[in-house]
Amino acid sequence: MKSLAELDAIRDKVKNRLDLREVKEDRTRIVVGMATCGISAGARDVLVEFVKEIESRGLSGITVTQMGCIGLCSMEPIVEVHSPGMEKVIYANVTPEKADKIIAEHIIGGKPVEEFAIGAAQTGGM
Amino acid sequence: MSVRSQVLVCGGTGCTSSGSIKLIDEFENRIKEHGLENEVEIVKTGCFGLCALGPVVIVYPEGAFYSMVKVEDVAEIVEEHLLKGRIVQRLLYEESVHEGSDEIKSLNEVDFYKKQHRVALRNCGVINPEKIEEYIGRDGYRALNKALKEMTPQEIIDEIKNSGLRGRGGGGFPTGLKWQFAANSVDDQKYVCCNADEGDPGAFMDRSVLEGDPHAVIEAMTIAGYAIGSNQGYIYIRAEYPIAVQRLQIAINQAREYGLLGKNIFESGFDFDLEIRLGAGAFVCGEETALMTSIEGKRGEPRPRPPFPAVKGLFGKPTLLNNVETYANIPRIILEGADTFASIGTEKSKGTKVFALGGKIHNTGLVEVPMGTTLREIIEDIGGGIPNGKKFKAAQTGGPSGGCIPAELIDTPIDYDSLTAIGSMMGSGGLIVMDEDNCMVDIAKFFLEFTVDESCGKCTPCRIGTKRLLEILNKITDGNGTMEDLERLESLAEAIKAGSLCGLGQTAPNPVLSTLKYFRHEYEAHIVDKTCPAHVCKGVAKYEIDADKCKGCGLCAKQCPVGAISGEVKSPFSIDADKCIKCGACMDKCPFKAISK
Ligand SMILES: Cc1cc2nc3c(=O)[nH]c(=O)nc-3n(C[C@H](O)[C@H](O)[C@H](O)COP(=O)(O)O)c2cc1C
Ligand code: SF4
Ligand code: SF4
Repeated sequence: MKSLAELDAIRDKVKNRLDLREVKEDRTRIVVGMATCGISAGARDVLVEFVKEIESRGLSGITVTQMGCIGLCSMEPIVEVHSPGMEKVIYANVTPEKADKIIAEHIIGGKPVEEFAIGAAQTGGM
Repeated sequence: MSVRSQVLVCGGTGCTSSGSIKLIDEFENRIKEHGLENEVEIVKTGCFGLCALGPVVIVYPEGAFYSMVKVEDVAEIVEEHLLKGRIVQRLLYEESVHEGSDEIKSLNEVDFYKKQHRVALRNCGVINPEKIEEYIGRDGYRALNKALKEMTPQEIIDEIKNSGLRGRGGGGFPTGLKWQFAANSVDDQKYVCCNADEGDPGAFMDRSVLEGDPHAVIEAMTIAGYAIGSNQGYIYIRAEYPIAVQRLQIAINQAREYGLLGKNIFESGFDFDLEIRLGAGAFVCGEETALMTSIEGKRGEPRPRPPFPAVKGLFGKPTLLNNVETYANIPRIILEGADTFASIGTEKSKGTKVFALGGKIHNTGLVEVPMGTTLREIIEDIGGGIPNGKKFKAAQTGGPSGGCIPAELIDTPIDYDSLTAIGSMMGSGGLIVMDEDNCMVDIAKFFLEFTVDESCGKCTPCRIGTKRLLEILNKITDGNGTMEDLERLESLAEAIKAGSLCGLGQTAPNPVLSTLKYFRHEYEAHIVDKTCPAHVCKGVAKYEIDADKCKGCGLCAKQCPVGAISGEVKSPFSIDADKCIKCGACMDKCPFKAISK
């Protein structure tokens, strides 16, 4: 160990993971439907893609979790994105390619990808 | 590996003994079975503090706090939570969930953690102590870099002085001043030592720090080496702490590999290395001069001071000795500055203190609170109160050297001076809670039996005096005491305090004196009324059969080893008090609870 820079390099490599060992409200959460319907529609690949993209782009403070069926089985894989200070956005029929785009435009760019999103209103009462 | 979920399993001694290592194996198997090994990471951490609920497992990012997890539960956690995202509600620690909803609180909102402030324990239960990278990820070894690159030894010592840090090993001596004395001594060789002997019965603070965050101690000792001009350190730890010893050795090896111990650390030209020395677990070896004699390979006996260790210590060389928890605070002080540290706590007691909470309390475990927190907050808010609706009677701090705090002083702030003022002491952090079922004479006896066993025998007042004290206590609890015995206890106690060489003898009478001060009436009850108000002391017990409750089954008579019980079946039995040897066997057997003492 010679310098602070070396120390920093090690720190930055594990920091993301350590940050996630805390429950924080102000975090962007990506939630993937992982009930039977979701899994059979390919939700696992979508989930893995999100995790990989976050890691390879070095994003921090974002969690990827799963949820059960929300009653829109025909639209699975379904993904909800909760960003602090924004309405939650629900994406339907997500594929790994769409996941990349959601990361790039919504998570990083701050603008929901309208073309994949279904309005919050549509889910009401279902 | 792109990890989305982390399963933290407590690998402290408490949870390990309730089976947490088996849980880890099971998690690994199940996670592989479902092909999740690249997304889910298992992290074996140090103690989370809530030992009573162990084994504890926390799953992030949701922060689901699962308590008392059994091997059979692991499959469900993996299949439901890790695979499908459905939290296993039945295993959640109920306190960790918002009332009326399923939402999980952050740990800081849970009652047990809310009033705690973690400085010394900041990494315990968060990182894997066997991975130096995780320690570095939490800003580890930055303080060492700062110390070596940006500060002079005197600046470091001044920073420690300004922080107001005092020794956590019991004495409460100002740490910065101690470092100054060691730095001022001129010699070709000096040593830095860490006291990890932790001999107080019921204490496990230092063990938990070493098991959960060993690098904090290594980093601090290296900083101390630079500050006082030493390049060799020793950690003296009892061999009864195998997990701590093992993790410490792993940590030392990793620090060496990274060049954080050894030659030319951070290219500063400073060399430092550390070795572990195992103690055999004698309480007296925690005393500083005995500890050093023991490291030298000799019989661990105290010697007179002066000369103080800072002048003539290990191998006759100037030596700095601090406690584990004292060291664990050092990296934070260097990194965040003395003022940040000094903003926690009270006027004369800065920072936090770790306590091992035990006895009659819901949440037995490890807690760290700002100095000045009241005993009431620790017992009621953090500890969750006394179980079974019993009444709080007293708390004992400072172990065999300390004293008790009675219920009427429950609002005493916990700091060095307040505790000394009421005849107890901070001690190293054992905190034992007692309820109405504890006899205070019996408690005094318990600690005295300990010191009688542990006295090294070098001085007569300690070796023989403590034995005589214990004999008088036994006489009292056997129902043979007289009121003069109380005065005898007091004068003997003073003589032992005055005539003993080391802290062991000087403080050994404290448990007697403090119980005499606050619970004299309990002593008197044993002497005058020949009863033990808490029904603990068998010697004054009078076993009697309540004729109204007795159904005449005769079970007790069969049980009695001396034939003291007689009677006709189906009519009440009775005990012959002259024959009864007060063994209590009959009482345990009576199905109608007709026998009392
Ligand atoms: C009988 C006896 C036992 C002691 N046991 C311990 C112990 O287990 N751990 C400890 O840190 N200090 C113990 N001490 C206090 C040490 O002598 C010494 O004051 C302390 O380690 C200094 O470190 P500190 O200034 O950081 O507290 C004991 C003292 C006596 C008299
Ligand atoms: S006071 Fe007791 S323990 Fe200490 S040196 Fe004397 S005999 Fe040994
Ligand atoms: S306490 Fe023991 S000796 Fe006394 S009556 Fe009961 S069984 Fe017999």
